[in-house]
Amino acid sequence: MTLSDIAFWLFSAGAVWTAWRVFRTDSMVRASFALMLSFFCVAAILLLLSAPYLGIATIFMMAVEMMVMALFMVMFMMNPAGLNPMMMVHQHKVSIGAGVAAFAGLGAAALLTDLPHHAVAAGKPVIRDLGTELLGGSMLIFETAGITLLATMVATVVLSSRSGRFGAADEGSRPPGLEPGGKPAGRAPERDSDHSHHAEHGG
Amino acid sequence: MTLTAILLVAAALIGIGLYGALSQQSFVMLMMGLELILNGVLLIAVGFWSLGLGGPPRGQLLAIVVMAVMAIEMAVGFALVTAVYRKRQADTTEGLETMKH
Repeated sequence: MTLSDIAFWLFSAGAVWTAWRVFRTDSMVRASFALMLSFFCVAAILLLLSAPYLGIATIFMMAVEMMVMALFMVMFMMNPAGLNPMMMVHQHKVSIGAGVAAFAGLGAAALLTDLPHHAVAAGKPVIRDLGTELLGGSMLIFETAGITLLATMVATVVLSSRSGRFGAADEGSRPPGLEPGGKPAGRAPERDSDHSHHAEHGG
Repeated sequence: MTLTAILLVAAALIGIGLYGALSQQSFVMLMMGLELILNGVLLIAVGFWSLGLGGPPRGQLLAIVVMAVMAIEMAVGFALVTAVYRKRQADTTEGLETMKH
């Protein structure tokens, strides 16, 4: 067993263990950091697989992405710090069954298939190859990814902005209360009070 | 480090991710499950590229497309979470029973 084999199994165990911890920890911030560690372990495996550019890019991307995720956890979710024990799941047994079935099916496919064996040559300039491919033969695919990201930016702003082009996005819509029969959630109807205010002034 | 071992690790990641995506009630935890599935897909793509096919440049391109999909999934997912929270004060999947407002 070579050193890279030992490193591979250590990182694999780390990736799977931290992936499991994501759904088993009470703290949602800890869950996002566990996910980040799982990505880092996979990035280390990519480095072992002689894909240095992809490995380092994954580390950079996930470091930022998981910080954003932790921020959203604190903003939106209850119990971000894990002070109370918590288990928010539905259809739990079906989900466990689906997860186990996916693992068993994919694992069986991996074990039973006659896989090709053709490793990357040791001195192959893989990063240079990637650059030539991105800005050469596959430039259209690469640019399509860029356009898709631009469309994503537009969609993100449209979805998350408070007001649309013609006024408030949630105008005329009052969400139901947080408890049955409770006070309606969401913003108070400022419009009505504004109208009466103006009416008083006008009168 | 064989291709079979890499595919098994990736299968474990995909299985855990599928469990998370199906079982979690919180939107953000659900997205974490989807991210884990894509993590496994990335590992499979690079595994085949590196150990099975002798490093063709287009294999790395596929991995980059997977990473772009990850970024897009996160961005649109968070935008949807923001929109749903603003509309209905909902942060769990049970808070959404209809797609109308």
